[in-house]
Amino acid sequence: MVFRTRRLACASVTALAATALVAGCASGDGGSTSGASGNTLTLWTHNAGNSAELDVVKKIIKDFNGSQDTYEVKLQAFPQNDYNSSVVAAASARKLPCLLDVDGPNVANWAWGGYLAPIDVSGGEVPLSDQLASTVARYQDKVYAYGFYDVALTFFARRSVLNEYGIRIPSMAEPWTKDEFDAALAELKKSGTFEYPLEMGTGGSGEWWSYAYSPQMQSFGGDLIDRDGYRTASGTFDGKDSVAWATWFRSLVSNGYMAKKSGADPNKDFLAGKSAIQWDGSWNAAKNADKLGDDLAIIPPVDFGDGPKIGGASWQWAMSSSCSDKDGAQAWLTFARQTKYFVDYAKATGTLPATQAAARQVDGYQPGGKFNELVEYARTFAVVRPVTPAYPYISTEFEKAAQDILAGADPENALGQGAKDIDNNLRTNNHYAG
Amino acid sequence: MTTMIAALGRLRTVRRTRTTHTRRRESLTALGMAAPAVVLLIVFLAVPVVLAFALAFTDARLISPTPARFVGLRNFTLLFQDPVFYKSLRNTAYFAAIVVPLQAGLALALALLVNAKVRGVIFFRTVYFLPVVTSMVVVSLLWTFLYRKDGLVNHVISTLTLGHVQGPDWLGDPRTAMPAIILMSVWQGVGFHMIIWLAGLQTIPAELYEAADLDGATRRHRFRHVTWPGLRATRTFVLVTITIAAFSLFTQIRVMTQGGPLDSTTTVVHQAVHTGYDQQQTAYAAAMSLIFFVLVLTVSLVQRFLTREKD
Repeated sequence: MVFRTRRLACASVTALAATALVAGCASGDGGSTSGASGNTLTLWTHNAGNSAELDVVKKIIKDFNGSQDTYEVKLQAFPQNDYNSSVVAAASARKLPCLLDVDGPNVANWAWGGYLAPIDVSGGEVPLSDQLASTVARYQDKVYAYGFYDVALTFFARRSVLNEYGIRIPSMAEPWTKDEFDAALAELKKSGTFEYPLEMGTGGSGEWWSYAYSPQMQSFGGDLIDRDGYRTASGTFDGKDSVAWATWFRSLVSNGYMAKKSGADPNKDFLAGKSAIQWDGSWNAAKNADKLGDDLAIIPPVDFGDGPKIGGASWQWAMSSSCSDKDGAQAWLTFARQTKYFVDYAKATGTLPATQAAARQVDGYQPGGKFNELVEYARTFAVVRPVTPAYPYISTEFEKAAQDILAGADPENALGQGAKDIDNNLRTNNHYAG
Repeated sequence: MTTMIAALGRLRTVRRTRTTHTRRRESLTALGMAAPAVVLLIVFLAVPVVLAFALAFTDARLISPTPARFVGLRNFTLLFQDPVFYKSLRNTAYFAAIVVPLQAGLALALALLVNAKVRGVIFFRTVYFLPVVTSMVVVSLLWTFLYRKDGLVNHVISTLTLGHVQGPDWLGDPRTAMPAIILMSVWQGVGFHMIIWLAGLQTIPAELYEAADLDGATRRHRFRHVTWPGLRATRTFVLVTITIAAFSLFTQIRVMTQGGPLDSTTTVVHQAVHTGYDQQQTAYAAAMSLIFFVLVLTVSLVQRFLTREKD
């Protein structure tokens, strides 16, 4: 009796749970569109923790909702750390919003994964061709996203310090060469004033590694993957130019020019005078100019042989492929393309405005302005990260290889293993076809 | 079991009329009360485990336009060619081999200390237990700062040796990273097992100690012949829980070193999360979890066999 009841109990509970599960799955498969109900469109953004940028998004939404009666856009903001996983979870549950922002290098991956739909914003006030190339995301010849701004990598230094040690302050036309840069670091190190003269933010993690250091590898002539068809990394990721970069990168640590792992706030260390030269993003330009005034030198990236290079593409706006009201989503994306919003974005976030018309209206970024050179870096030196669905994987492999190299791994082995892993990943994914 | 059912049967013959009805009600109540837990267990434990096993033989990815296909043993073939996986296995074994005896031994020593009947013993029990109730993420973040090259640990070393010894960059050096994490993990976890040992110690009847005293046993003899045999059940529990906890080492690694430097701290669970989530290779991570499951199961069974009641 006791046992029979128990067995019955188990069986019924199992059956109940199984039914619930099947029912859950079935209803999940049913809805193939989402993100809009009636005339309300949902919009997701990653900047819940960044009120300056969030305010601009809110303003565009308010203006859009006020400008017409057909659609109503509703905002949902996420903290940046959880944003990508929220999107992936929502996509698995087929609950993506109509409009969402996406980090530039992820566009190809999300487009390939079927998250995003191509957009047509040709009716907007600002034509796409006016934008910095890195702020328009294309995948397989279709436009999937556009951004209002970009950021640029640059060296910051104090003019007084460089002059004191007889180091030339370079210009865009004549950037530092590798030998010149190494000599400058040696000179600064010899002075004994700086424990580590160069600060490159090696304490950071995640995408910073690929964003900050892969352009240096590209300046050596290497790259993350063979961009012709994106079918193999062997011979490129671990090619002789990439190995040359890795050897140089390691030498910065072994010569004592750079910390193997920098402090929690590299920019603060630079402003406090702990380091002489900092490799950093344009987002700190205004802060540095405030603190150092005319003593601040904004220095173009070093030409390691293949020209100076920086990374391109930041956060951009896109439309989900499951959006049930694509016309509404396109209307918002088209409406937002007004110069005043490009200006608002750049002012609020201290980033580089994506169009020249906007740059003219942002203090410091107008032609001749003290930060205008940063816009020119983005126009001239920017290389977008490889436009392939494999990019998120490649990026983690680069980060691991670069960290291992700084920790003392053999450059050839570390890059060789990375190239092998990337090729395996490409092969097991059928080279990300369809 | 048989005697119990027989006993129940006898009871039932005496009060049959009342029992059938009440019993049915009782079992329905029991069913209702167990249902939430059972449903949760099935949905959040049984189903994911079965799914993970199934996924290990497919090419499922976190983001993919195509549905998962069956690929046989491909994930396992790749896994056994992956040098990082062997390092993960080695590091996990290394961590467990040091942590299990160290943490269990230290916890027992602490338990014996705080079991003494002296004033202020509650205070010490609380102090030793404090790290346990602190979140591992918080502890890891704090220790990351302590272990820096210019951190507190190195300052203490430098001061104690009058400046003769400069400590290394604990987490940045492949030779010291794992020992540093082991030390921190033991510090954090030792209080919990101290409480378990303490509970075990207090189940040993005081008469046994009195008898031993009357027989003139030394402290060591008392421990060897009274305390140690009295802790038999506790011992098994402590051993098994520490082993399983040690094998699933993840939080500290994720927060403090992300597996580096030079893979010196990567572990199986950390690698599974990294490949499955950061690198989007769901199926590959599932294969790794499957192997991890078999591994933990084997070790637990061996431990169970070694600590069985020998009758």
